[in-house]
Amino acid sequence: MKIHIKNGRLIDPKNNIDAHQDVFIAAGKVLAVGVAPEGFHANRVIDASGLVLCPGLIDLSARLREPGFEYMATLESEMDAAVAGGVTSLVCPPDTDPPLDEPGLVEMLKHRAKSLNQARVYPLGALTQKLEGQRLTEMAELHDAGCVAFSQADAPLADSNVLFRALQYASTFGFTVWLRPQDAFLGKDGVAHDGEVASRLGLAGIPACAETIAIARILLLMKETAAKVHLCRLSTRDGVEMVRQAKRDGLPLTCDIGVHHAHLSEMDIGFFDPNCHLVPPLRSLRDRDALREGVKDGAIDALCSDHTPVDDDAKLLPFAEAEAGVTGLELLLPLTLKWAAEMGVDLPSAIARITTEPARVLALDAGHMTPGHSADICIFAPDEYWRVTPKALKSQGKNTPFQNMELAGKVKYTLVDGHVVYED
Amino acid sequence: MAFMSNNPQLNQNGELQHLLTIEGLNAGMLRHILDTAESFVGVSERDVKKVPLLRGKAIFNLFFEPSTRTRTTFEIAAKRLSADVFNLNISASSQSKGETVLDTVDNLAAMQADMFIVRHAQSGAAHFIARHVAPHIHVINAGDGRHAHPTQGLLDMYTIRHYKKEFHNLRVAIVGDVLHSRVARSQIHALTTLGVPEVRVIAPKTLLPAQVERMGVQVYHDMTTGLKDVDVVIMLRLQNERMRGALLPSAQEYFKSYGLTQDKLALAKPDAIVMHPGPMNRGVEIDSDVADGKQSVILPQVTFGIAVRMAVMSILAGN
Repeated sequence: MKIHIKNGRLIDPKNNIDAHQDVFIAAGKVLAVGVAPEGFHANRVIDASGLVLCPGLIDLSARLREPGFEYMATLESEMDAAVAGGVTSLVCPPDTDPPLDEPGLVEMLKHRAKSLNQARVYPLGALTQKLEGQRLTEMAELHDAGCVAFSQADAPLADSNVLFRALQYASTFGFTVWLRPQDAFLGKDGVAHDGEVASRLGLAGIPACAETIAIARILLLMKETAAKVHLCRLSTRDGVEMVRQAKRDGLPLTCDIGVHHAHLSEMDIGFFDPNCHLVPPLRSLRDRDALREGVKDGAIDALCSDHTPVDDDAKLLPFAEAEAGVTGLELLLPLTLKWAAEMGVDLPSAIARITTEPARVLALDAGHMTPGHSADICIFAPDEYWRVTPKALKSQGKNTPFQNMELAGKVKYTLVDGHVVYED
Repeated sequence: MAFMSNNPQLNQNGELQHLLTIEGLNAGMLRHILDTAESFVGVSERDVKKVPLLRGKAIFNLFFEPSTRTRTTFEIAAKRLSADVFNLNISASSQSKGETVLDTVDNLAAMQADMFIVRHAQSGAAHFIARHVAPHIHVINAGDGRHAHPTQGLLDMYTIRHYKKEFHNLRVAIVGDVLHSRVARSQIHALTTLGVPEVRVIAPKTLLPAQVERMGVQVYHDMTTGLKDVDVVIMLRLQNERMRGALLPSAQEYFKSYGLTQDKLALAKPDAIVMHPGPMNRGVEIDSDVADGKQSVILPQVTFGIAVRMAVMSILAGN
């Protein structure tokens, strides 16, 4: 299949391209950019007039709910959602049921995902068996099975000795450990930021220090072990500041935030909106502003969707009992564009936060459109507004605080390995 | 975000459709409820303690969390208004069979309910139910988690007005476990809305919610300064499970620091009244001498509670 994408605005941050250039694809790869190779005859021409062409999005966290939570969503539905959101590579956390702590489970997931011929799936292996925070998993085996890094997901890791040894062991093999910083005890039963709104609504709070104390512990253990760490889903201003400082000190540290945290704060909980029940919690406006700024100045490396499809029944409960999480695969691009517009960030820099930067976090040769490289491409209309409704979302999870809002940024085509896997 | 914009308690005409929290209601609405309650106080003193205002209406007491006192006062209030009252102790029945809150509510709505009185252990449960019931059904929050207990807040305001006449010249102290108290939150909203210039909370730091001062209160950590010259002392119940562990070391130490005794009460104005939402822990948050003393208005609170609940029910049913 040879494809000619013409008249589009090509934005390829890694190659420093932002220009109207055509892209030529053959045998699953980018064949040329700009001028057609001699004798190139396209089987298909995509007219991208008025559209932006960029590397396919790389999402650092998307729960596909398999295995174990198929009633919430299936691999089929969520892979559809991914490509509908322009996402061509995604990382799935190990908090499935059972958790991804055995090579067989990882191989099965990789195999199932591959057979769907859509986005590429990069599983995170469980850092400890059953995510119980006690015994290490067979990291080398899991790595061979396809795990790109190791994580506790949202499961607590109370024992500092286990964390210390896990970091030592992972760094032995050069594996990166992904940790969401949250103390195992502070705010243990909390469901919202321990601030004004939680106090007013009588919701159990999670103090900001639950995050910063965990970050401090991780940073100290990094110095001790020389392990590479990726911090997931920062939520506090002080946390961002600690990361900024640690990077200045030269620690091998990267971090991300969920894209919803760049927009929402505790105030959005309003009168107990269960769609604003997130992990980590939506924090104060000050925190939110610091996160937005951190993504802009690079203290925070990447934005991710933290996609967590939750079925209606699990959200139709009082706030604290409602399952946490938002659907995000199809909102990652529009919410990133919204962040960029509000922060005065140019389009190439915005796109970098969801393509080249997450690729760098993953140490993956992806997120660019260099000739010879796999043609994973997202083509979108940057100024086209669409309304977020249950019907408009392919994901089985309709749980979003942006319900009924109009967002700019509509994906028109998604290509993986040179195949059109989504078309609006 | 739709959750932000419209007050879920009000109907399209801006009238009370549900009573879920005091927050967001204006002083006029609160006064209207108190005035209406005043007209019902007399009913309880008559030989025939009934008015036909809610005749034929079906009111369900939906208690997902056990309570005898509050449920009973609602039941009495509804019966004095001639409504048919049905008590459901749900914690013991459907919940254990895995039925969700909404299933229960839908089933009862199908039985032609007109009003739900809801108590639930989760903050926001009453809002949740109100959001999902048919438009003709009214919901009264009889306590949701730590969030709100608006009829208790209102009956406390009724009591204060009864003894102090005005709100604008008062100093009120709320003492004890504000962190876990839905009653305290409702009282704070009501007091600040009705124009009380100085609302104090007195508690150890472990029993105060984060940024409580943002609710418009002054924070004190000791009784000596906190009770000085106050007109009203409201004691909060300290639940047994809070008395040991990380929040407090012991009931004895709590009583020593924050229990209300005659000596401490002497710091307040000589005509100060003492209130407690009940049930009391004598010897933990309040000394028996004070609870039964001449400044205590704890039993009148209960009596006024019936009139206030009658007022709320009749106002909602009329909207």
